[in-house]
Amino acid sequence: MAAALFRPLTPRWGMQKHWTDGRRMQDVAAEFIKPNDRLSSFERLEIYNRQYWFRVLDCLYDDYPGLRAILGERKFMKLATAYLARYPSDSYTLRDLGNRLEQFLQEEPQWSAPRQELARDMVRFEWAQVVAFDGPAKPAVTPDDILDTPLSKLQLDLQPYLSLLELDYAVDDFLIAVKKRDSDALRGEASNAVQSAPKAAKRRKRIRLPKREKVYLAVHRHDNMLYYKRLDPEAFAILTALDRGVTVDDACAEAVTASDRANIDWAAQIKEWFDNWSALGWFCHPS
Amino acid sequence: MPANPFNGFTEYGIGIGLRVPHYRHILAKKPVVDWFEIISENFMVDGGRPLEVLDSILEQYRVVQHGVAMYFGSADKFDREHQKRLKRLVKRTKTPWLSDHLCWGSVDGRYTHDLLPMPYTFAVARHTAQKIREARDFLEVPICVENVSSYAEYHASEMTEWEFLSEVVEQADCGILLDVNNIYVSSKNHNFDPYDYLNNVPHHRVGQIHIAGHSKFEKYLLDTHDHPVLDPVWQMYAHAIKLVGSTATLLEWDDRIPSFDEVHNEALKANKFRDEQLATTTASDRYPRTTA
Repeated sequence: MAAALFRPLTPRWGMQKHWTDGRRMQDVAAEFIKPNDRLSSFERLEIYNRQYWFRVLDCLYDDYPGLRAILGERKFMKLATAYLARYPSDSYTLRDLGNRLEQFLQEEPQWSAPRQELARDMVRFEWAQVVAFDGPAKPAVTPDDILDTPLSKLQLDLQPYLSLLELDYAVDDFLIAVKKRDSDALRGEASNAVQSAPKAAKRRKRIRLPKREKVYLAVHRHDNMLYYKRLDPEAFAILTALDRGVTVDDACAEAVTASDRANIDWAAQIKEWFDNWSALGWFCHPS
Repeated sequence: MPANPFNGFTEYGIGIGLRVPHYRHILAKKPVVDWFEIISENFMVDGGRPLEVLDSILEQYRVVQHGVAMYFGSADKFDREHQKRLKRLVKRTKTPWLSDHLCWGSVDGRYTHDLLPMPYTFAVARHTAQKIREARDFLEVPICVENVSSYAEYHASEMTEWEFLSEVVEQADCGILLDVNNIYVSSKNHNFDPYDYLNNVPHHRVGQIHIAGHSKFEKYLLDTHDHPVLDPVWQMYAHAIKLVGSTATLLEWDDRIPSFDEVHNEALKANKFRDEQLATTTASDRYPRTTA
């Protein structure tokens, strides 16, 4: 039965008419499902086949509005179906449904052609938001905690809910525009029924796709609200170095040395960054 | 029975499901509600807003956990990560009992996220009861299993659904979360008398009752939780209350969710049936004396 449920639906949202070995699906269903006076075995099994796909597609539909806006509704549905056929849910929670979507786009770029890079940037960004929403938090480092540690020896971890993204497109601005356009849809929670196909494609105002542009982004939460924050390249370099386990001294030195910006008071700039990051609670003790 | 080992000997009244669209209203207005039911999996997270909301709710309200992913009927062993997180949540909420569904939903680590009906066989009942016992021993909290609504039946079944439910809960020595709406939906889909179901489950094991709305399609009913409770389900609820006593009752409304007040008022209609039952049942009926 599970194998039947996981098989993708036809383009008209019905169960496929033939089984993988070529037998008629109505014969296969009749082997284990009883018919009743109103529904054949095929039709009864089809209710579950449809519910499975409606539920998981609906979930991705809600969780990836940015990817949907890039690809368009129809192409998004094809990609989502191909993804879920290859990588069915491996978690008890639908929260994790998109956890291999970036990998899938890398492995099967044809589904997002000709906008593969933009689509991948958006998926990384949208997954980072899932992590930031309810990912774990560790106790934040306070100034007193590190008062006596010289910067040459000081290592700082970043909060597990914080994602640092180096992107080739300004997907943050694009997603803000998409969300402004779309009204948020709420997903049902405990009913085991999904009665309709994922939202039908509606004619919506198109939003201009972002141009190629280097963007450094931190996706995080503060007071349990989700935020994304643009970073200077050097700030991004410092944070990624800290994330690799480099000391504060070395991370700053690496970033400044690699910078091509001149006439910057780096000491003041770096102090401002660290003050800001500390206030946001981004630093925690190395594990 | 109102208070029994399967609901932690509690006397909870009429509750409603805690749902995202109502968070703001509940936290701001602090309405009087007997108790909230939460979907366990929505709060089995590491941090962030869900846990902040839950902690605020726990400061003011009684909370009971209801799960959707234990899959007692799956052949798979329990997902240890799921069980550990669930136990952490049980400690956080201090839920007096915990419920999940009499169903399967995963195969070889792949999840359908659905509540799928099981073949009603003695072998499946044994397997399911064993898993319920295992979960209760690990989680250290009473467990009630909920009958699901279904749209298919298996040739392999050896008994009715209510006989299967009875077999499982007797073998597991656990409670029942009796969903009267699910019984009604399944009765229409499978052509049985829903009152046969109500009359023939072990009433002393019912720790909680669910009521909800459903949708009618041309050839079947679908358990959608997106409507008020329909009259035939209220009538079944009244009958259930006569059989099991004034039991903790929860209205489920999960889609097209109206205002908090509308949901709560719909749930409170259950009081009418509970009051009628109390008025017509004498004390000696409810607490029979033992005779030598």
